[in-house]
Amino acid sequence: MTFLSYLISGLSLGSVYAIIALGYTMVYGIAKMLNFAHGDVIMVGGYMSFIATAHLGWPPLASVLLAMVVCTALGIVIERFAYKPLRAAPSLAVLITAIGVSYFLQNAALLIWSSNPKSFTSIVRLPSLKLFDGELTVSSVAIVTIISCIIIIIALTFVIGKTKIGKAMRAVSEDKEAAQLMGISVNQTISVTFAIGSALAAIAGVLLCSAYPILMPTTGSMPGIKAFTAAVFGGIGSIPGAFWGGLLLGMIEIFGKAYISTELSDAIVFSILIIVLLVKPTGLMGKKISEKV
Amino acid sequence: MLTVDNIHVYYGSIHAIKGVSFSIKKGEIVTLIGANGAGKSTILNTVSGILKPKTGSVMFQDKNLIGVPAHKIVAGGLAQCPEGRRIFLQLTVVENLEMGAYTRPGNELADSLADVFDRFPRLKERRNQMAGTLSGGEQQMLAMGRALMSRPTLFMLDEPSMGLAPLLVQQIFSIIKELNDTGTTILLVEQNAQMALSIADRGYVLETGRIVMTASAQDLLHDDNVRKAYLGGT
Ligand SMILES: Nc1ncnc2c1ncn2[C@@H]1O[C@H](COP(=O)(O)OP(=O)(O)O)[C@@H](O)[C@H]1O
Ligand SMILES: [Mg+2]
Repeated sequence: MTFLSYLISGLSLGSVYAIIALGYTMVYGIAKMLNFAHGDVIMVGGYMSFIATAHLGWPPLASVLLAMVVCTALGIVIERFAYKPLRAAPSLAVLITAIGVSYFLQNAALLIWSSNPKSFTSIVRLPSLKLFDGELTVSSVAIVTIISCIIIIIALTFVIGKTKIGKAMRAVSEDKEAAQLMGISVNQTISVTFAIGSALAAIAGVLLCSAYPILMPTTGSMPGIKAFTAAVFGGIGSIPGAFWGGLLLGMIEIFGKAYISTELSDAIVFSILIIVLLVKPTGLMGKKISEKV
Repeated sequence: MLTVDNIHVYYGSIHAIKGVSFSIKKGEIVTLIGANGAGKSTILNTVSGILKPKTGSVMFQDKNLIGVPAHKIVAGGLAQCPEGRRIFLQLTVVENLEMGAYTRPGNELADSLADVFDRFPRLKERRNQMAGTLSGGEQQMLAMGRALMSRPTLFMLDEPSMGLAPLLVQQIFSIIKELNDTGTTILLVEQNAQMALSIADRGYVLETGRIVMTASAQDLLHDDNVRKAYLGGT
């Protein structure tokens, strides 16, 4: 029973990582940059939902929508003002800018909401599920998180595989100049990618805070780094890679904590990443290096 | 239809195009010939809006294209089939063609696809294959078909014969001629000067970023200097 309960916790944490990792990987695939501010967008999403429910008395679902709208706008603004001017700049300059944006968001949050942790009330207000005569308790947040992640991956696969904008995203990811010759606006496509990624970050933020209810300006940074790890683990640029990478990472973390050591669980996570990258540098589902990056 | 006037194009400090002017009238096939590195692709990319000239103007159907972003130029009826094909290898054949029609209304798609499949039956057979699995000749056909999906009035082709077997080259050129017969104006860039001049009305000879000669295709085919430099003649 405890094994099952760890498995569900792992899947639930992994689902949050997967949702965040999808944003990382999409932005990387299309704009060819690592948006290290992605984790902090999660934190903003958490605060938006917190304000809406705790101060404005909005229903939980409305607070999620607010978080998504604000984060989508934030993602578009960040891309427009911080990254777009650097489209032709060396990738190191873009990377440093992304780190700068990350600190900017954390410090802005510090100014607005102070460093005092807020205690977040879960947006899932259902009772936990008791199974096997009460031997196994599954929190409703965990279930909602896992289901959300599955819905998101299905929807995203559809959008990227079948819709016009999704095909344009793949075209831009492969060859920006050729895409422009087709009449595709590269800027607009990148902007849409940031919008989708940031909306997902908002959902991840709300789910994360619902499961781990302490909200601070730095709340997004560790999950952001873990999700980045998950994306690299799965093969950065690959959508299924981010999904499986996220799930695996969440499970490794929870099982590592449970059966090996609480203190070492992060070390275990990163050691596994290093081993995977040594054996398969493109990640579990990464595409061949032949594609110019 | 297209008038390029005294453009200068730079890559950083490299002065690649040094004051090039040329024009194309509706219904013509005009060819730009020149050795590797002469600046042919740079000129096409400038017309397409991928590169911005430092000075000079590009007028297409009485509209100034300077400053118009590349993705808006296609919608105006100017398509380029780029050098090296540049098809989307990870997209299927049909998806590639759909991207070609990106700026067109959705209700045209079926007709445009039928047109392209008519012209390139091989693409129809392979419509659901990944473009990366096509042979070189098929990839060239896909690149052309994809550009045609935007229903261009001016169609620019950058070395469509590159790397193809002679029989395929013949086929590609007869398709270009057919396109022209059905009303599409053509700007053809080639290193294969013999083939290009054989279907063109007029030609320009480009050397290190400058136009050094222009004449009717017939005159160029018989010009001594052109024969020596580009046609392997004596
Ligand atoms: N991306 C680039 N960066 C720097 N120089 C370039 C670039 N592309 C082309 N050039 C230079 O510009 C000149 C013209 O190139 P190009 O237009 O490709 O010639 P062509 O198509 O006739 O072979 C060449 O000297 C080439 O080296
Ligand atoms: Mg060239």
